[in-house]
Order: sequence, then C-alpha cells, then structure tokens
Amino acid sequence: MAEAQSLQYTPKDFKSDQEVRWCPGCGDHAVLNAVQKALPELGIPKEKVVFISGIGCSSRFPYYMDTYGFHGIHGRAAAIASGVKIANPDLSVWEITGDGDALAIGGNHFIHAIRRNIDINLILFNNEIYGLTKGQYSPTSEKGLVTKTSPFGTVEEPFSVGELVIGAKGKFFARTVDSNVTLSTQIYIEAARHKGTSVVEVLQNCVIFNDAIHEVVTGKEVRDDRTIILKHGEPMIFGKDNGKGLVLDGLKLKVVKIGENGITKDDLMVHDAHETNPGIQYMLAHMGYPDYPVALGVIRSVTGNTYETDVEDQINSVRENSKIKSMDDLLVSGSVWKVE
Amino acid sequence: MAKNPQVIKREEVVIRFSGDSGDGMQLTGTLFSDTAALFGNDLSTFPDYPAEIRAPQGTVGGVSGFQVHVGHSEINTPGDYTDVLVAMNPAAVKANARWVKPGGIIIFDKDNFTDKNIEKAGYKGDPVIEEKLDSFNVIDAPISSMVKEALKDFGLDPKSVLRTKNMFALGMVYWLFDRKLKYTEQYFDKKFIKKPEIAQANKVALRAGYYYAETIEALNPVIKIEPAPIQKGTYRNICGNTATAWGLLAAAERAGLRAFIGSYPITPATGILEDMAARKDLGVKSFQAEDEIAGICTSIGASFAGNLAVTSTSGPGMALKSEAIGLAVMAELPLVIINVQRAGPSTGLPTKTEQADLMQALYGRNGECPLVVIAASTPSDCFHFAYEAAKIALEHMTPVLLLTDSYLANSSEPWRIPVMKDLPEIKPPFADTNDKPFLPYKRDCETLARSWALPGTPGLEHRIGGLEKTMKGTVSYIPENHEMMVNFRAEKVAKVAEKIPDLKVYGKESGDLLVVGWGGSRGYLITAVKELQAEGYKVSQAHFNYIFPMPKNVREVFSKYKKIVVAELNLGQFADYLRIKYQEFTYHQINKVQGLPFTIGEIKEKCIKILEEK
Repeated sequence: MAEAQSLQYTPKDFKSDQEVRWCPGCGDHAVLNAVQKALPELGIPKEKVVFISGIGCSSRFPYYMDTYGFHGIHGRAAAIASGVKIANPDLSVWEITGDGDALAIGGNHFIHAIRRNIDINLILFNNEIYGLTKGQYSPTSEKGLVTKTSPFGTVEEPFSVGELVIGAKGKFFARTVDSNVTLSTQIYIEAARHKGTSVVEVLQNCVIFNDAIHEVVTGKEVRDDRTIILKHGEPMIFGKDNGKGLVLDGLKLKVVKIGENGITKDDLMVHDAHETNPGIQYMLAHMGYPDYPVALGVIRSVTGNTYETDVEDQINSVRENSKIKSMDDLLVSGSVWKVE
Repeated sequence: MAKNPQVIKREEVVIRFSGDSGDGMQLTGTLFSDTAALFGNDLSTFPDYPAEIRAPQGTVGGVSGFQVHVGHSEINTPGDYTDVLVAMNPAAVKANARWVKPGGIIIFDKDNFTDKNIEKAGYKGDPVIEEKLDSFNVIDAPISSMVKEALKDFGLDPKSVLRTKNMFALGMVYWLFDRKLKYTEQYFDKKFIKKPEIAQANKVALRAGYYYAETIEALNPVIKIEPAPIQKGTYRNICGNTATAWGLLAAAERAGLRAFIGSYPITPATGILEDMAARKDLGVKSFQAEDEIAGICTSIGASFAGNLAVTSTSGPGMALKSEAIGLAVMAELPLVIINVQRAGPSTGLPTKTEQADLMQALYGRNGECPLVVIAASTPSDCFHFAYEAAKIALEHMTPVLLLTDSYLANSSEPWRIPVMKDLPEIKPPFADTNDKPFLPYKRDCETLARSWALPGTPGLEHRIGGLEKTMKGTVSYIPENHEMMVNFRAEKVAKVAEKIPDLKVYGKESGDLLVVGWGGSRGYLITAVKELQAEGYKVSQAHFNYIFPMPKNVREVFSKYKKIVVAELNLGQFADYLRIKYQEFTYHQINKVQGLPFTIGEIKEKCIKILEEK
C-alpha cells in the first residue's frame, strides 16, 4: 500500500509552499533539489518523513520540505532527531546541519549520535564558514583563513568530518559536492537505506562569505583530477580519461598513473565500503589536495545494530519476563502492607 | 524474653543512625523504618550523607546519617532533634551530638573509640567529656568485639564480620522499641539467598544486639509507640524520587502514551532516571544522554513524535537546559521538566537541600517565556504532582516545570497506594485529521492550546521550531504577529489557573498570622503551626503547590490575617514573588540557607517573635 502510494511521488510532492530564502547562487539550493529528487525513490510515505535542523543557513531546510519538520536550536539537531527516532522508529528521520552547528556547538551530540548508531540520515553542509552570522571561521576552516574573527588568520587546526565520524565509531560516511546533483541524489538514497547513523558531508559553497572555497578541488576544470568518486567493489580510478588510480604503498595510499611503471587497472585498489576495519576508509576520508584527490561517494558503509531497535528489543524481552504488566501491578509490588 | 522490662508509651520518637559512610547506616535506617511501617506507625525519614562515596574514613566529613521519626500520631517531618543517636564512631558523635534531645540516649561502639579515631574526629580528649555527654543516657557498647565473638565460628573474614556491626546496633534499637526482628530477618534471607552464611551472620548479629540490650538493662524503660490511626488501604514506603518517577509513569499509562525520559545523571535527581529506566516492562524509553542539553532535546524530539516526554535534573542542569526549555515553549510541545533542587549556586552543596531555584524556574530564560511551575510538598505527594504536571503539559501543550528538592527526593514516608482507575483522565488535544489544511498554531478556544499532530499521520505534515511563526507555521517577522503570539503563549499558561484547586488553609480562616510556604517545607511548617495553635496562638498555614499560575483565591486568603510570614529555604524568593503579585500585603520572612530543612523549633520561635512585634 505504502509502496504503491510512494511510487506516485515526484520531487514536487516534497516541495512546501514556503519561498526558499537562501542567497541566489548558494549551494543549499542544489542540496534541496537533490534531496527532493532522492525521496520519491525511497518508497517512504511522506508523512513518515521528518526533517530536523539546528541553526545556521542550512537549518532553514525543513521549512522547504512538505514533510514533518522541526527547526531546533543551535547544535542540538542530533539530540532532537535522536529523540524523534527513538520515540517512533517507524519514521524516516533526517538531520540537516552545518559545520558550525554539528562540529562546534553541537560536537558532543554529533559524536554521540554516531556512537549510538541511531538510524538518522545526517546531511552536513560544510562551507567552512559561519554564514548566518556573516562570516566567522568554523571548526572546518582551513588553518590561516582570514575571517572577521580571525583578521590575521586562524591559528587552529580544522576538523575533518570523515575522520571524526570514523573516530566516533561511525558506520556510514559519504562525501559529495553540492553542485553534483546526480551523485548527491544517489548518495542520499544510499544514506537513507543504510540502517544506522549515515553521515553525508556536502562540500557546499557559501557564495557570500567563503565563495569558491572548494573550487580548488571541485572546479569544472580540475575536478576530474582532484577528486575521486568511490564506488563499492570498483577500482579506485580517477582523472581525466580515467588515467590515474590509487594503490597501497606499504602503509600509505599512493596516486599512480595507469600505464606508467607497468601499472594497469588491475593493480588499483578496489573500494570496499563494507569492510568493518576502518583503516583504509580512514585514509580515503583523510585524502586532500594537493597530495591526493578528495574522495567522494560512499566511503564507509557497514552494518550494525541500531540503537532504537535494540531499545525496542530490550523492552520486548523485559516485558515478556516481568510480572509487572501495568501501573497497578507496579504500585503493589515489593513491600506493601494493608491497614484494615 | 525472660525479663519483664518496664514499658512506657510515647506518641512519637526520633532515631538517628550515624556512622562512617561505609558502615551501612542507610540500610540500617531503612530496615528500622520498614519494620515501623509494617507495625503500623506513621513515619518520616531523612537520609543525610556526604557527597563523597567514600570520604576519608573516621572523619566528620565522611559521616553518613539516617534519621527516622515514628509516631502513634500523624508525622509530617523527620524531626528536628533525636531521642536516640546511634553513633558508630567518634566522628559520628562529633557530627550529631548537638542534635540529641536533652536526656536522650546515645549508643556508641566503644571499640571504635580508639585514640586514632578520636583524633581523626577532631577531639583532643575523651568525647564523652568534651561533648559533656554525661547528661545523656550513654550506652558505650563494645559492638565490634561482640560481633567478633558472636560470629567467631562462622569462618568469615574479619571485614565481613565487622560489616555486621550495624545489625548489632539495630538489634539494640529494636529491643529498646519493642520491635519484632522478623521483617529484618526476612530481608536478609531474601537479599542473600545465594550467600546464606552472610544472611545468617547478619541475623546472628541482629539477635546478639537485641539480647545484649536486654541483658545490660541500661536501655530501660522500653518505649512503645502504638500504631497510628491511619486511613484504611494498602500502603508502601516511598521516597520523593520514586514517587515522581511513578507519577509520570502513571500519567503515561492513563494518557495511553509511551513514557520517554532523556536525562543526565546529577545528584540528587538521578533516582528519577534510574527508577524510570528500571521500568522497561512498562515500555519506558529511557535515554541517558551525553549531557543535560541532550537530555532535554531528546525529550523535545520524543514529545514531537508523540511520547509523554520528561527530563529530570537539578539546579546546574536546569541552567544548561534553559535554551531548550525556550524551544519547548516556542514549539508548544508537552514536556515535564523536573528540578530536584539542591543547595547552590554552582556546584554548591550537591547532596543538601534548598529552595533557591524558584526565580530560575519562573524567569530563567531569554524572552517572554512562560511555563507552568508546580512544586511538590511531601515525598509521597511527588506522585500526585508529577501526575498533575504531566496532565497539564499534555492537555495544555506546554512545558511544565516540577520543583522538588533533595529533602523530598531522599526522604520517605508511608503512602496509601492509589488505584489507577481512580486517577483523573488525561486527554491530549490530538489534531483532527479531517481538519485540513492543518494549521500548527491554531488554538483551542478554551485553553488556547494548539493541537498535537504526530509525525506519521497522513495529511498533517507541518513544520515547527524556535523561530516566531504565524498560525499557519510560516516564519514571520511581522511585529504585530510576534506580539500576538507572545500574548497567546502567556495567556495559555495563565489559563491553567482555571484547572487548579484553590489555596487551602490549615487552621482557622482568619487570625493573627498566616505562615506561607511552598514546596518541600510543608511538613515542618504544618508541624510548627500545629504546635503554635495548641499553645493558643491564632496562627494558620497556607502552602503553595501551584506556583505559576497561582490559585485564584490567594488575595482572599491573605486578606484575612493580620500578618503574613513567608518561610522558605532561600533568601526570600517566594516572598519577593508575592510582593510582585500581591503588592497590597506586607510579607515577613523566615529564611534559612544551610543546606538543611527547617527545624520546627526555629519556625515557632520566629513566628512568635513576629506575632509579638508591634
């Protein structure tokens, strides 16, 4: 029934009547577009879809979705989303957050939601800047970035989202680029189908305060050589004309050119997103320009128990074995006495 | 029992068990209380223990105490001063001697009064001389050596043997009050079902103490406290934290909802989370969050999804939750927030009681941010007020803040168990699926509550959040809309006054002095007022459980007395609040901030002083 109904959805069905208010040219528009394309593919009745956000430009997202939505407070979207999912595991819960929201003020909730593996689809818009407050550095801003609060450049190391997810025992991590709607749509579908916390980092452009920050790797002219789209079970190949690839050299990844030193396509590493040992996936998430291509696609996707299912299972098993079936039973349990 | 001791009857008696925090005083006090309850006495208990799990042994800082007040008549407090002090070491004497009534009994373990322990407790010489204990009936029993002797054939290690000292002392107290050992023996049989030798050792120590007391004839006469005239029914002992947790569970069941608690452990509120986590058999979803903020935010999420959602904490945790409480106010979701108050500010005295979070509860948020504030006033009525808090939250779509305190949380008293079907119905305003398009901030004409549309319901998709909205749920910066919504939220909470009972007066409806209190100090104020009335003073008491909004008859009640005094465990927060609300009256104050409950004596003394003032 639900399947049949959902098949009729088009992206338009997920558009609310609210006017989208992001700046013209902002990467958020493309993310919204990709999510609205992904949802009809999932076969989930739209009343079961909930979008939850924190604070920041991206956090306006739920207003533009014709689903259930909750625009929370700064940093707390992961906690609110956790509560929604635990209370009703039947819902498809999405968290929309940014680099400041998830990794600065909300860092604690971010790592703990991931550690618990609550089945939330978390889209992290990473523009490496605070946009809503008009241009201060964020926990992902590159060291040295000059912003309004770092007029002489930042003196702190940025977080890498993927490394943090894996460090927090994350089971799903993917990376995409806002402008690549096709790749993004596919990743959102995979993230939604994955049971557990799925973190998708979107390299998103803030056209006003940090314009073109990702351009050095995502620009049209350079992206083929500076990014690699990973696909589970396929060789790690990239570059214009697929001329380059990745191999393991000792304990490190190494970029090689196909055809040089007798390297063939068969020598390249094959991406295994399902490997539980995160070693290689961590290295893939860590890769950055100029030494390596930036990894896009689903980098890690391993199965595991989800928190909300374990909670339900525990409740069911305790219920089966307990003599206390109702409040009346509880009230008279243990030491009680009668006064006649 | 071979001898026939002299027996006297007493209306009530207070006993304090005290010793090192590892001496098992909490268990000893609990076992005595349970025995008294089963016998039919009314009672009230108060545990008093250090924040450190194992404070340095033998020091005053490490003394753990448990006071129990048992009576033939109604008992409202654990008592100010004690008739019997059990002190397992010199530090316990040091900490508690000043609380013993003149002529009271002090039982101590003579074997523990070594030079080293005496020095650790801060005495220079013999505590009996330094504390002038000779005016009391001092029983210096060689408890340690007696249990060693009694258990010499058990083959237990010395530590396990000495661990039964508390039961020897309890046996002595049982003899003194002519109590049966049966219940305590049954407790050990049950508790150590897999270690029968430990059960037996405790039972032997208990009996040894009992017979020792009988033999020495120093504990004479035996004191009898007849059962209290108690309303018929089934009873249990309950402490405030458990009563709070169970009240919430009862509300969830009555409303047909799942209970969700998102909390972070914090003294003295942790028991609520623990008691709810234990009830998976009732379908409770308990979530031990990564911090206080996640505790409330998961609860807000669970409320949005349709659970009866709760978060429990104490003062410092309240401070952390403030922003999220504002979100719940703005989102107009049902939520119960419990603050088990402790002595502050900051970390303060984490295990001690205080009522100093009132202003925080009423005003401690940004913006115009009203919510319902309720305060429980006895350990067992925490059940009723937790139930009420949930009922109001669910029916009026508002966060409700329930204030209890460390004293209520940890104290226990007998409680007549209710039957679920007798509890009032709870009917949340679920959204009507036929009412399309669904407007999230459309309000009920009577209560002004918006309706609750649960995710998963087809056709009611909507968005809410912390930004100001129109009725339709659209974000709006229109000045007049903001003002209208601020007024709606305020009026919605104010309208709860229609549903709450009038302020009742204990005593005559007019007189010379009205003693006003709120929350956990009720037992002390009632007892003091009762005694003043018996002494001929025209004094009555009015106690507030509904703090915001207030009962509608406050002005009328206040106007009937010549003087009003507000007694509270802070510097005068409720008095100030009343000065804002009802400016025409003059408010005297009785305040105390020692981390301790009031004593009846100090309330009486101050009331008499106010009565005598021109």
